[in-house]
Amino acid sequence: MKWSAGLLLFVLLLAIVGPWISPYAFQDTNFDAILRAPGFVEAHYFGTDEFGRDLFVRTLLGIRITLLVAVVASLVSLIIGVSYGAIAGYVGGRVDAVMMRIVDTLYALPFIFLVILLMVAFERNFLLIFVAIGAINWLDMARIVRGQTLSLREREFVDAARLTGVSTARIIFRHIAPNLLGIVIVYVTLTIPQAILVESFLSFLGLGVQEPQTSLGSLVNGGVKQMEAAPWMLLIPATLLAAMLMCFNFLGDALRDFFDARHSQ
Amino acid sequence: MSLLEVNNLRICYGDTAVVDDVSFVVRRSESVGLVGESGCGKSQTALALLGLLPRDASVSGSIRFDGAEIANTSQRQLDEIRATRISIVFQDPMQALNPYLRIGQQLRQILLQHNLARGTDADEKVIAMLARVGLPDPKQQFHAYPHQLSGGMRQRAMIASALIARPDLLIADEPTTALDVTVQAQILELLEELRDDTALLLITHDLGIVAGRCERLLVFEAGKLVESGPTGAMFAAPASDSMKRLLKFAPRIDRGAILPPAEGKTVLSVEGASVSYRDASHRELRAVLDVTLSLRQAETLAIVGESGSGKTSLVRALLGLIPMHAGRVVYAGQLLEGAVQTRAAAQRRDLQLVFQDPVSALNPQMRVQSIVSEPLRVHAGEQTAQVRLARVVAILKKVGLNESFLHRFPHQLSGGQAQRVAIARSLILEPKILICDEAVAALDGSARDQVLELLRAVQRESGLSIIFISHDLAVVRSISHRVAVLYLGRLLEVADTALLFSEPRHPYTRALLDASPVPDPLVPTHAAPIKGEVPSLLSPPSGCVFHPRCKFADGVCSDKRPLLREIAGVRVACHHAEVLLKHP
Amino acid sequence: MMRYALHRLLWAIPTLLLVIVLAFLMVHAAPGGPFDDERAPHPDVLATVEASYHLDEPLPQQLGRYLYGLIQGDLGPSFRYPNYSVSELIGHGFPASLKLGALAMLLAVLVGVSAGTFAALRQGSLTDRAVMSFAMTGISIPVFVVAPVLVLLLAVKLHWLPAGWSGSAGAAKYVLPVITLALPQIAYIARLTRASMIDVLGRDFIRTARAQGLGTRSIIRVHALKPAMLPVLSYMGPAIAAILTGSVVVEQVFGIPGLGASFVQGALNRDYTLVLGIVIFYATLIIALNLIVDVLYGVIDPRVRQQ
Repeated sequence: MKWSAGLLLFVLLLAIVGPWISPYAFQDTNFDAILRAPGFVEAHYFGTDEFGRDLFVRTLLGIRITLLVAVVASLVSLIIGVSYGAIAGYVGGRVDAVMMRIVDTLYALPFIFLVILLMVAFERNFLLIFVAIGAINWLDMARIVRGQTLSLREREFVDAARLTGVSTARIIFRHIAPNLLGIVIVYVTLTIPQAILVESFLSFLGLGVQEPQTSLGSLVNGGVKQMEAAPWMLLIPATLLAAMLMCFNFLGDALRDFFDARHSQ
Repeated sequence: MSLLEVNNLRICYGDTAVVDDVSFVVRRSESVGLVGESGCGKSQTALALLGLLPRDASVSGSIRFDGAEIANTSQRQLDEIRATRISIVFQDPMQALNPYLRIGQQLRQILLQHNLARGTDADEKVIAMLARVGLPDPKQQFHAYPHQLSGGMRQRAMIASALIARPDLLIADEPTTALDVTVQAQILELLEELRDDTALLLITHDLGIVAGRCERLLVFEAGKLVESGPTGAMFAAPASDSMKRLLKFAPRIDRGAILPPAEGKTVLSVEGASVSYRDASHRELRAVLDVTLSLRQAETLAIVGESGSGKTSLVRALLGLIPMHAGRVVYAGQLLEGAVQTRAAAQRRDLQLVFQDPVSALNPQMRVQSIVSEPLRVHAGEQTAQVRLARVVAILKKVGLNESFLHRFPHQLSGGQAQRVAIARSLILEPKILICDEAVAALDGSARDQVLELLRAVQRESGLSIIFISHDLAVVRSISHRVAVLYLGRLLEVADTALLFSEPRHPYTRALLDASPVPDPLVPTHAAPIKGEVPSLLSPPSGCVFHPRCKFADGVCSDKRPLLREIAGVRVACHHAEVLLKHP
Repeated sequence: MMRYALHRLLWAIPTLLLVIVLAFLMVHAAPGGPFDDERAPHPDVLATVEASYHLDEPLPQQLGRYLYGLIQGDLGPSFRYPNYSVSELIGHGFPASLKLGALAMLLAVLVGVSAGTFAALRQGSLTDRAVMSFAMTGISIPVFVVAPVLVLLLAVKLHWLPAGWSGSAGAAKYVLPVITLALPQIAYIARLTRASMIDVLGRDFIRTARAQGLGTRSIIRVHALKPAMLPVLSYMGPAIAAILTGSVVVEQVFGIPGLGASFVQGALNRDYTLVLGIVIFYATLIIALNLIVDVLYGVIDPRVRQQ
């Protein structure tokens, strides 16, 4: 857990300050220096691509954009999922039944294909990526928050609060929300890699982030085209992407174990 | 020769020993009771006998069964002994039976595994066994899943699985704790009847269960065997402090002081209350039907009933936690109506509730201080923090907790302490009526006694009126002035405590009393007083809801619903109450 | 049981209709048409093309026409290849995709369930930790990373297996694509199986079975396998969707002329009718398979059936 968090923090810092320590800009082409291998010569630490663009800067930019998309999309899913789930769980009864039936129905939809359709129809709009990815991932969050809220609402301390006259707002914020926090943190941590996966998938297909902007998915796509001549173009972004996903997954698992253990106490 | 011989048994998890230096024997066809409070190591011992402890437990010492050492033996050898030589019945049959397999398959597997029968022969043996444990229509039940059976029937099926391979030793670990008292009597009787020459090790927290049934007793405390001997002698002259304490804190339905009727004016009355639910399939369940009751100043009114009696629904409805569909509640001359949030602050303040499970009733994220002071914030907002703190400290002191508890979280409290914190929270607003919903059911001996004593003390000091809901008649006897008996949502009898325990008018009340175990081997154990179980609320019986289980029932009982009427100072709903009074 | 299955079916139909209408509206709400870009043909040609696709009619009428065609299995002509109907293109690409997907799914379930059960029975052991580390890697590395890296290593550098599809013969060409596609699903299913097996083995009824002397093998077979498979079964729906998604990438990377490849081509070419047709086809497939999974769930869990 410490390793995962540390590595993620390091990658994040690198993505923020990295572009400043490199003399190159992400969109600058240089046809005198195409497909250079990684090395310290001319500060092309990760080499260059077929247009002579510096891959160190482009990779860091890719990480920035990938993380940005993932975090914003996770926030979107957090907001939708938590409010939807909490309302269904707290109100309960018929409202809950209908709301959860809708979630069940949405679960059966081939979302990723609808998102691709959306991307085709709306010309790879950057903002749409956030919304689309957030819209896919809120379902899990809603289900989990709803289940938890429902069981908390049935817990007798909520009845005790109602009996002593505690207001609904205070019950929600003082009694229910703090007990939801743990599970929400865990699922946000697990939603981020999901969002990264969807974004990089779309970008890999050329349907996500558009040139000259880039993301890890687009970089992998570019790397596949040149993989025989310049394998580093594939291996560097691919490794970074996999490592980041793994760190988030490890972190999420560790947090879940932590909260589970505390819960069962 | 002894069948089972345990010597210096020690069970450890890491460095903590949960069972330490325990030695005892069980002889052939003998019945031995193993008693102690929860957490004393009795169940751990039972699991150790069958090699069922989790992997992180380490076992040392010797367990000899029929001459052979079985502690720390191979899995294969254990598998040969299990079911055929030693078998076990667990507490909760809902958990202990596989919900995904038909009852018959689960039993048949035992026969197949131990090569006792196969093919249709196995099926026939299973059906015969199901018939022996009293499952009606065993051919049908062979194909039933556990969730399709009632609690009592499930436990019968569990017993069938434990006895089908004819073991020499049957371990029963709290076999009736999850069941209603009238069903408990049936199950204990069944165990006794079926075991023949199988030895029985009966594990329980309830002295009443072992008193009339076991030849010898083993008493556990904190992982040690503190006393053992013949049952009669141990009850008559307990040697250890543990046994003395167990005896002292075991409430009895047949002796002890009874409170005289309370004389105060009526503070709360419930008239014709009905509560309905809809289940998952939208079918209507009438949890409470037409209940009329009143509560006096400084009175404790007990409401008793088995599962499905509607006792919890009734009080939740009168508190406004769930809707009441018919009837009205009058408190201090004013109508109590609507959901609790919509009621006047004074009305809310005056009625408070104490729950059964103190762990669930306290917010795990809040400290004791915030839990107990929260009602003050709501009802007396202008108070300063110091004033509030002083009141919290005072009320905690009253319930017997000092200031060191202020900053603890609920998980740092014992069950009894947690329940006292919950009571402190309910009392801090100085309510006029306190409703206790099975408030001591989760507590053992001395902790239970302390809470009961606390309630009596508060009532003496402040004239608090209490509604005390319980399934345990012995506890009810010691705390209440008056008792109301509910069955399937209907009120069957209301009487002063002394009268109810000496001359029960309703056949159901009488059955409840007869079924309640008495912790005294000199009091003869009744045969199971009534057959069957509480029917489903989905299809309540016609006429008198109790008639299918009542041995006095006749045509009138199934046709006509008996109304509550007053006979010699007791309100009772039975067509034959007068006749029964003359023929005890 | 029949009622339960029927109930599920009754829910599947409006769900499918919802997807169709949603997808249709999405395409038609798009700003600009397929012929708006710089390669747009002459206005006169455009007008005839728009008329032949009925783009001049009001939207509800177009939707009605589309649905009517759909019932007869007609998804209209392709926007980019007007000589082909969308149904023909789907019929052309689907067999290869189906073979690939079915093989990957089979592999994923077999390997995933066995590895997960194995790990659960040896919880905490070296084997367990190895399986779980592999699984963590598997769920963390996306298909579009695994596919090219495997091609680079095993085909381009080591020449062990063919890199492409056409030209290479026999079963060998399936090996890499199927493994690539199955890998993340193996990982997910192994994790799920392990967690659920550990959960089931910790329940009281397993202790009862042990007390009856049933032995590990019988306990797994008779008592534990069925309930432990329930979460895995629930995951089959998402797994099918994930395999379909993955096949888009795998077909692209390995040059397999399947449905996924046509889908990406269509998406990049903005071949609206083709993309719409494939989305609807996929949706039907996913919903139908989900329906089967739901019914199977009812077969295993007697309590679900009753509701």
